[in-house]
Amino acid sequence: MEPLNTVDLSAVKLTIKLATLTTILLLFIGTPIAWWLARTKSRLKGLIGALVALPLVLPPTVLGFYMLVVMGPQGPIGQLTQALGVGLLPFTFPGLLVGSVFYSMPFVVQPVQNAFEAIGERPLEAAATLRAGPWDTFFSIVVPLARPGFLTGAILGFAHTVGEFGIVLMIGGNIPGKTRVVSVQIYDHVEAMEYAQAHWLAGGMVLFAFLVMLSLYTFNGSSNRRMS
Amino acid sequence: MRRRLLILFILLGLSDSVLAEEVYVAVAANFAGPMEKIAADFEKDTGHKALVSIGATGKFFAQIQSGAPFEILLSADEATAVKLEQGGNGVPGSRFTYAIGKLVLWSNKPGFVDDKGEVLKKGEFSHLALANPKTAPYGASALEALDHLGLLEKLSPKFVQGENIAQTQQFITTGNAELGFVALSQVQKDGQLSGGSAWLVPAKLYTPIRQDAVLLTKGKGKTAAAALMDYLKGDKAKAVIKSFGYDL
Repeated sequence: MEPLNTVDLSAVKLTIKLATLTTILLLFIGTPIAWWLARTKSRLKGLIGALVALPLVLPPTVLGFYMLVVMGPQGPIGQLTQALGVGLLPFTFPGLLVGSVFYSMPFVVQPVQNAFEAIGERPLEAAATLRAGPWDTFFSIVVPLARPGFLTGAILGFAHTVGEFGIVLMIGGNIPGKTRVVSVQIYDHVEAMEYAQAHWLAGGMVLFAFLVMLSLYTFNGSSNRRMS
Repeated sequence: MRRRLLILFILLGLSDSVLAEEVYVAVAANFAGPMEKIAADFEKDTGHKALVSIGATGKFFAQIQSGAPFEILLSADEATAVKLEQGGNGVPGSRFTYAIGKLVLWSNKPGFVDDKGEVLKKGEFSHLALANPKTAPYGASALEALDHLGLLEKLSPKFVQGENIAQTQQFITTGNAELGFVALSQVQKDGQLSGGSAWLVPAKLYTPIRQDAVLLTKGKGKTAAAALMDYLKGDKAKAVIKSFGYDL
């Protein structure tokens, strides 16, 4: 038997596409949030930080259920997307993307925020005395110094999206090539007693997850050594 | 005082273990509504308590094969119960048909589904929900009916699949799918459509959905499990089952 059939392969491709786009979006959306959280003295810091971290502790079914309701035809976001002429988000790839961005947000924001906080005031003050503007400072000083944080955030955001299951199950509708990601495909194989096919995909996921964590720990180890 | 308490506790323990037992039942999602009612009646009438798990028949099959503690399976089809009986996880000779299911095309919008199913031919909707045909018998029946209507190819790009028939209904109830195929029992109560609009799919379009119950080996010799199997064959349970739109 073929290790992976075309449906399996399309699920793998879809998963990689979803995780890649989620990670890119999160780096753009998450970086300003992380910067604000790292620098602000506002009272809202706790509130925003808590909101960002919420997916860490909420069951994915809760998020999935509310997305189904909120993005449905009677929900506020559903009415907004319909008014904008893009239709409804559930059962679509963009819908999964929105779900994944929320779900994986803390995995990107928190490492980046920690990296920003670790930089401290001094390099920024030094840059200011050299008359660097805020953007110049950010891209010449902050980004290079926070590189390990960005890399950790990107890897974790990607890997966490690959591992997503509950939300996809609830708002995806299991459409081949559009919303049927690897985790759902494995679930289907197991339910249909196709254990051999399930093993190929599930074993692949174990290997992938291990390589991700290995690269993360190896990388962080070596960058810590370099810093000290 | 202490001794009296002790005796009381022993009696309480006894009444629990001798008189009333618990029975673990795996129930196909389409039968969730009637089972809730039957389990309540069963407890009232016999004192035994039915602990009900709702889910997709295919998933239960896999779980039972792997040693899940269920004592009875109320399957959404005949084939799964037969497989369990032959595979050694079901008690031979215990199997019987507790209900014959009916497929219905349903929308939560009143007037959306006409009483001839013409809405399918017009195709003016973006999502048609059905249960995963690989694991849920009602999903397989929906495919069969669409195939007979000659609409399978045309409509398959609009399919959204629920993990089981209950999730399929949830897609339609929330309005994310305009319509879909569910079990009549999910949208009918006391002989009335509980909301929206529906087309009862003609029986000639799909193989009758004979739903079988089977006593599992984990329930062999258990009083409560035997009692529930009997209770399901009784007139009171049958009346409940019929009121949800099943044939018998």
